[in-house]
Parts: sequence; C-alpha cells; structure tokens
Amino acid sequence: MSPLDMSPDLDPRDRGGEQQPLLIVRDLRRHFPIKGAGGRAVKAVDGVSFDVRKGEILGVVGESGCGKSTLARLLLHLIRPDAGELVFDGDQVDAPRGITVAALRRQAQMVFQDSYSSLNPRMPVRDSVAFGPFVQGEPKAKAREIARDMLAKVGLNPDQFGPRYPHELSGGQKQRVNVARALATNPRMVILDEPVSALDKSVEAQVLNLLRALKRQFNLTYVFISHDMNVVRYISDRVLVMYLGKIVELGPVDEIFSHPRHPYTRALLASRPSMDPARRMEEPPVTGDPPNPIDPPSGCRFRTRCAYSEPLCATSEPALSAMGGGHIAACHMLDPASGHSAAGAMS
Amino acid sequence: MTTPEPLAEVRDLHVRFVGRENTVHAVNGVSFTVNPGKVLCILGESGSGKSVTLRALMRLLPVQAKIEGTVRAAGRDVLALRGKALRDLRGGEVSMIFQEPMTALDPVYTIGQQIGETVRRHTGCDRAKAWARALELLELVRIPSAERRLDAYPHELSGGLRQRAMIAMALSCDPRLLLADEPTTALDATVQIQVLILLRKIQRELGMGMIFVTHDLGVAAEIADTVAVMYAGRIVESGPVGRILAAPLHPYTAGLLASTVHGQPRDRDIDAIPGSPPDMRRLPRGCAFAPRCSRRREGCLATVPPEHYPEPGRMAACIAIEKHAEDTLLVHG
Amino acid sequence: MSQTVVFPGSAVSPHEDQAAPETRIRSYWQSVGYRLRHDKATVFFGTMVLLIVLSAVLAPWLAPFDPYKESIIGRLKPMGWRGHLLGTDELGRDMLSRLLYGGRVSLLMGIVPVIFATCAGGALGVIAGFMGGKVNTGIMRTMDVFYAFPSVLLAVAISGAMGGGMSNGMLALTLVFIPPMCRVAETATTQVRALDFIEAARATGAGTMTIVRHHVLGNVLGPVFIYASSLVSVSILLASGLSFLGLGVRPPTADWGLMLSTLRQSIYVVPVVCALPGVAIFITSICFNLVSDGLRQAMDVRM
Repeated sequence: MSPLDMSPDLDPRDRGGEQQPLLIVRDLRRHFPIKGAGGRAVKAVDGVSFDVRKGEILGVVGESGCGKSTLARLLLHLIRPDAGELVFDGDQVDAPRGITVAALRRQAQMVFQDSYSSLNPRMPVRDSVAFGPFVQGEPKAKAREIARDMLAKVGLNPDQFGPRYPHELSGGQKQRVNVARALATNPRMVILDEPVSALDKSVEAQVLNLLRALKRQFNLTYVFISHDMNVVRYISDRVLVMYLGKIVELGPVDEIFSHPRHPYTRALLASRPSMDPARRMEEPPVTGDPPNPIDPPSGCRFRTRCAYSEPLCATSEPALSAMGGGHIAACHMLDPASGHSAAGAMS
Repeated sequence: MTTPEPLAEVRDLHVRFVGRENTVHAVNGVSFTVNPGKVLCILGESGSGKSVTLRALMRLLPVQAKIEGTVRAAGRDVLALRGKALRDLRGGEVSMIFQEPMTALDPVYTIGQQIGETVRRHTGCDRAKAWARALELLELVRIPSAERRLDAYPHELSGGLRQRAMIAMALSCDPRLLLADEPTTALDATVQIQVLILLRKIQRELGMGMIFVTHDLGVAAEIADTVAVMYAGRIVESGPVGRILAAPLHPYTAGLLASTVHGQPRDRDIDAIPGSPPDMRRLPRGCAFAPRCSRRREGCLATVPPEHYPEPGRMAACIAIEKHAEDTLLVHG
Repeated sequence: MSQTVVFPGSAVSPHEDQAAPETRIRSYWQSVGYRLRHDKATVFFGTMVLLIVLSAVLAPWLAPFDPYKESIIGRLKPMGWRGHLLGTDELGRDMLSRLLYGGRVSLLMGIVPVIFATCAGGALGVIAGFMGGKVNTGIMRTMDVFYAFPSVLLAVAISGAMGGGMSNGMLALTLVFIPPMCRVAETATTQVRALDFIEAARATGAGTMTIVRHHVLGNVLGPVFIYASSLVSVSILLASGLSFLGLGVRPPTADWGLMLSTLRQSIYVVPVVCALPGVAIFITSICFNLVSDGLRQAMDVRM
C-alpha cells in the first residue's frame, strides 16, 4: 500500500477527526527560579498558546534564550509546566478526565539535536532503538525486529550499523539513529528540537529529505524547532516565531516569509545571508543581542532592539492580533487602536 | 613594479596526527596565498582540515601533529620560528579569533585588563597608554558604552559583545593578517550578520589580510574575496567568491551549493550529496570525494586528480573538469 | 509497524553504507580488554597480582612448614637456616609459610571491604545522583560527615569501638570506603543524568528503574570500577595498619601487619627477616596500584 493513499482518518487512534487539532497548547508557562536571586526567575516560556494541526509541520523559530527548547520539552512533559494545559487529540493531558503523561508519550516522541549525548555511548545503536518498544511492552525479540525495521527505514543497513556503538557513526548516521529511535514506538507526533543544526550542510539536506519522506510514510505531525530561517521555510507548513518566551508571530509559511508583520520576524528574515556577494548588506537589519530572559524588557519585549519603538511599547504589552488567514502577530503597530504613531499603517 | 609579497603563503602543507592506534591525515597537500587587503575563505565541512590548516599558520597545533611543507606568514617562515620569535608573531603581526569567545577569553580578568595586557606585552607601553588603546579598540568594534565595558568580565557580556571583545583583543597590535576560525557559527542569526559586517568593515579600514574558516556558504558569500573549498584535507576548488557561487566547477562544491537550504522549492526533495565524509584515518586512493560523486568515472580512484585552471584565478581538482568546465562556461559565461 | 514500504520519491538515499569503516566492531569492554592486553606494564603487574593471589590461595600446598608450629631452638634464624628459606620468626615459625598464609588474610582484608563498599556506596551514589534534590542532599551530607575524618583515624575508631577481630576490621574498612565510593558514583550519575539520551528514554515512557538499569549503570560502572581497583591497595595498607595496632586479626593468625608488629622488637637481631612482611605489603599494594592505573588508562576512552 502506498503511504500516499492513507489519509489521517485511517489511523485507528484518531479520536477527534480531521478538524480536531492534534495538540492544543493553552497559556503554557514555565519559569526557572534562580537560586539566591531573590525570587527572580528565567522566564523561559511565558504564556504560549497555539494549535498543532493534524498532519502539518509547525516550524518554531527564535534565537537563543527564546524558550524554544524548553517549549519542546514542555510539550512532552519532560519538564513540568508551571501553568497551562495541553490537549492531545481532544484529551487533556495529565488531567482528571484526560489522558496520562505516559499515554501522551506513547503517541508523541522527540528527536534531540545531534550531539555526543543523544545516544547511550555504551549501547549498540540497535538496542537504543529497541529500547522504546521494549519499554512500551513489546517482547524483546519483537522490539529487536522493530529496531531492525526502523534502522532500514532511516537508510541504515541494520546488519552493518545495528551492532555499532555511537562513536563509530558519523553525525548524520547518528541523527538517523535518533530518528529511528523516535519512530520505533510508532508515534503520531514528533517534536524535533534542532534536528539538523549540528550537522554539516550536505548531511543536513539528507536528513531533511529523510524526515519529509518518513512524515509522508507514517502520517506524522511534526513540531520542527530550528534557528535557521531557510530550513524552516523549506520544511514547515506554518511558522511560529518566538522571542524571549513569547509568541510574536504565527502564520502560514508563505504569509510569514512574504508578508512578515512583526519587526522581529522581518529582522530575522533580513539577517539571512544573501548567498550573493554582489548584494551584500552594508548595515545590519537589527542591532544588539537578544536580552537576558531573566529580566525581559517591560511591555513589548522586542522594543529594546526595535527601530519603531515608542514610549507606548515600554508600558503596554501588545496582544496577538489576527490578520486573516490564520496569521497573527503581536505588535502595537498592527493594532489601529493602540496609539502607536505607525499603527494601522502596517496592516 | 613588482608584485607585493603575499601576506600568507602555504605550499604543499601536510599535517598528520600520529596516535597510539592510528594516524589521522588531516591536511594532505594544501597550497594557497593571501595578498594584503584580501579575504580568503576556507570553506569545508567538519573534518575537512580547514581549522587545522588555519592553526598551522600560527603553529597552534598539539605536539603529536606532524607538519610538513612551507608556511610563510607576514614574511616569516613560520615552521622555522622558535621561542620569542614565534610568540611575537602570534598576536603581533598575525592574530586569531575563535568560534567560542568564552573559552578564548580568561574568565578572571576584565575585558580592559586582557586587552591592555596584550597591548603592553607587544608594545611595552605603560598602563595608561594601554588602557587608552583598549578603549579605542572597543570603540573600533562598535561596543556600545565602551568605557563601562572595559571593567566587565567576559561572563557579564552577551554572546555578540564577547565576540566583539575578542575581535578587539585580536586587533590590539595592528595585525597584518587576521585568522578567523568560524567566529560567527555560535552566534544567533541577527548577531551573526552584525559581526560579519563589522569584520568586513574593519578589514577594509585597516587594510588587513584575512583568512576566514567557515562551513557555511552563506557566510562565505558575505565576507570572502576568494574561496578555497576543502574536502578530506585537500583544496578541491578555489576562485573568486562570485564565480564559485554562480558556477561551481567541482562536483563537491556544486553538491554543497545544491544541498544548502536557501529557497529551494518546498514540494521537492533537496539535492543532497549521498553518503558521509570519508574516514580521515583511511582515505581512499585518488579522489576522496569519488565514493559520493555523481560524476564518478573510471580513473577517479586511481590517482589524486590534478589541478585544472579552466579560467584565470580559478582552480578545480577533478578529472571530469576539462570537459565539464567548457559546458559550464558556455552556460553561465 | 512491519508493513512493507515504498519510499515515496525515493530521494532518500537507500542505504548509507559508504565510508563505513571495515574494522570489526568491538564493544566498550572488548576495546578496553584490547588496550589492556597491549599495555606491557599493566600486563606485567597484572601477572604479579595474579601470582600473589595464587600463592595465597594455594598456601596450604605451597607452604613448606606448618605456619603455626613453634620451635624454641629455631627462633629468629636467618634465611636458609635448616631449610627455612626465609628464616624463622620470634617463636621459631617458618617465615615463608607464614607469609603465604598471611597473604590470604591481607588480600581478604584488601578485597572484601572494597567489594562491599562498592555495592553499598555505589548504590547510594546512583540513588543520590539520579534522584537529585532532597534525596541527594540527604545522602551526600551524611557522607560528608564521615568525610570529615581522615580514613586511618576513622578505621581505627570504628574497629576500636567494636573490638578487634577480622570481621570487625572488614566492617570498619567497609564503612570507611563507603563515602568516597558514594561520591564517585554520585558524580558519574549526575553527569549521565544530564545527557539527552536519558531524556529520550524518559520520552518513551520508561520508568526510573528501567532507565537506571539500561542507561545509567553501564555508564557509571566504568568510573566506579576504576576507583574500586585503586581502593584495594589502600585497603590492604589500612588492614595491615589495623593489625599492626592490634585492632585487626588476633595472634597467632598469620597476617602481614601483625607479623610486622610482633617482629619489630627483633629488628636488630635479623633485620632482613623482620622486614619481609613489610616488603610483601609494599609489593602487593604497588602491584594493585599500577594495575589500577593501567585500567584507568585503558578505560579512559571518549566514546
């Protein structure tokens, strides 16, 4: 059977139907208190709400300290949220009448950035892949069989690579193993935390192709976290832009890349190298570094680096406003009633 | 008029790391020159030998590295320098910036102390002059409220400011040649472009030569005059940056360009290079890229492909080049 | 899961088998073994350790005389006297036989406490390291209390309080070695716990015990084992010290420390013979130490 013939409603685990988002995130919040800092905290994720639709790839972009990695772990309850709720296919996670965290983890998995720590160095990689199915109740022999199958599906010959240890594999091969491990438990959703950023460019392309092929094959839904705008543009259906623990813009990929509304999104896009020495930039699109997430700026968090910043931006925090077509952004300039001098001119 | 002496000249450089159980052939016959006021970008993936080549220019390699060939920098034979002469070269006429400033800066001294110390060591001037020079340098690298930052410790600065402080320190003795080892790779996208623009401006203002190592074609496009593409310890292609990006000759360069994500159509797979980089302990005979190459033919694995010069200033080491170069030049030229 | 699948588009490279090294795949312990075998010094000292252990185990068959048979006329005789290869002690007992039998006690006192301490301290350390938080604070602060005393003092105090004898001596040494062993295991576990593959295992829904068994122990075993091997020689020395002070085994049991203690009054009569138990202690602990060093080098592989 060709995987293209399968539609999401063929999945017997589908409960809510095609229109029900696979994951609803509501007002998710996680602060990390700093020891001996008088109650101050890193506001890693500070009230984030969005939906992940069935079968889509949602790209999450942002710079260091924007909270995207914490968000990834919150989605799987690897870090407990301080507040907020997760609804997986209509069932609230970790709530009295919903599903348990363990049940969530049977349907959602994660791929980590490839690094020396992503695989157990003392375990042959086939055992690392077989671990998930084994833990979820498959007998050992069956788990091994699944591992062989998954290694083959990510393009690694199971006889040749299965018995190897992680240090005997290249970066790209290790990342294939990581993908195989995540898919071995047959999840419906996979959270990919910077899955290609540690890889060489030629290998990055291989892994991106593989991820796309596997998504079609297994009807997966991806949350794809990255700092690379080009990669996100290529792979995502919708894009979520984060800055210092908040969503600043969210919308369909073509909208975001052709009509970015938030000044930060524009800066991110303009900061991409041109790939053409004849069109080099002479002035950077935005100055300074992302501020420390411990004490984020008041009001709009981007105002310290924003060219359009006005006194209003320091006092009032812009809300996400809808621009049609599922495109939302949080900037006073997009709200005609905000009082910003450029308000309305941009929308 | 004679041509000016090149600022850096490397001839047939070989570097091997001899270990207990095996030998890593990191650099296998690399040659290039850099003229004053020019930027050479060494482009390559992990394990291509690009950083090792750069470090060989300052002899910053561990003792088990066996270096052969000729390395001249700022008019000196680097491999023959000893003791004080080598220390004077390092940080004097040739200086280096690194990928991770947190490890290159000493955490227990302030930025001002570290830059001042470097200035004093190389010029022998007094404390006040060194301090003034440090301030001047921080302003040169556009660090806002520079005077206040002189008293800051490295961990008190953001990633971008730390990288600027390291650049300031590298510039403290007016080097003629600046070596940069992926200085923007660890930075955020919005900060990376700031640092690239800054480096380019400073390089132009001071008329320095620069060798910039990167794995990112986009970064090379922003900063390089010429590009040398390395694969498995050899330069497989070199030439002006615009020409290389517009019409790559070597199959590896072409593959790298095709597999770098930059606006490819979303409904198609990316043209990735298959396979993985070679094991530097067991390099194949002949062309190291041949096992992954789509244009592989019979003679590829027999000998190391000779260098071809299909147009002025360009080199490509591939036996398929002569025929192919004509086609490409017809199409793009 | 096992439906046959056609790769859509087939642009995924079918099998990434180029550039694959052709070497045989060795597991971690196999490669450690390989390195050990090729380290001449460690092989030599390892053989020495083996010989010492064998000589102690085979003492009843190797000893030329009864180690407890006294002789009034044959006291403190030099080497070679009437077939006593290494001479006799202050009660006329054969030195060689007593050294062979004494090795049994010394090695037992050297190895058994380390094994017990490794199990107990290692387990505590893994628990502290993996649970973190209050559990960690509780366990590690308790260990710190023991840390405050020098190990010799602690061993003397414990066996002094419980009275001498071999089993009390071993118990005292075990207690002395638990805190440092716990610390080593805790450090290693804390490091492993922070790695991504532990998080990945949690994401599959694995419970704490499963994760510890499959992912933590294998990575903690190395450092713990190296440390334990280095403790053996310390333990032999401390045990001899205890016996020397009269807190270890009781006379007439043959033990190197005790022998050293009783022979020391006769040091001016037959100096060489009196020094023999000390030489035995010295050689044994050096050999164990050097083997432990070799182990550390062989196991110190960044993987």
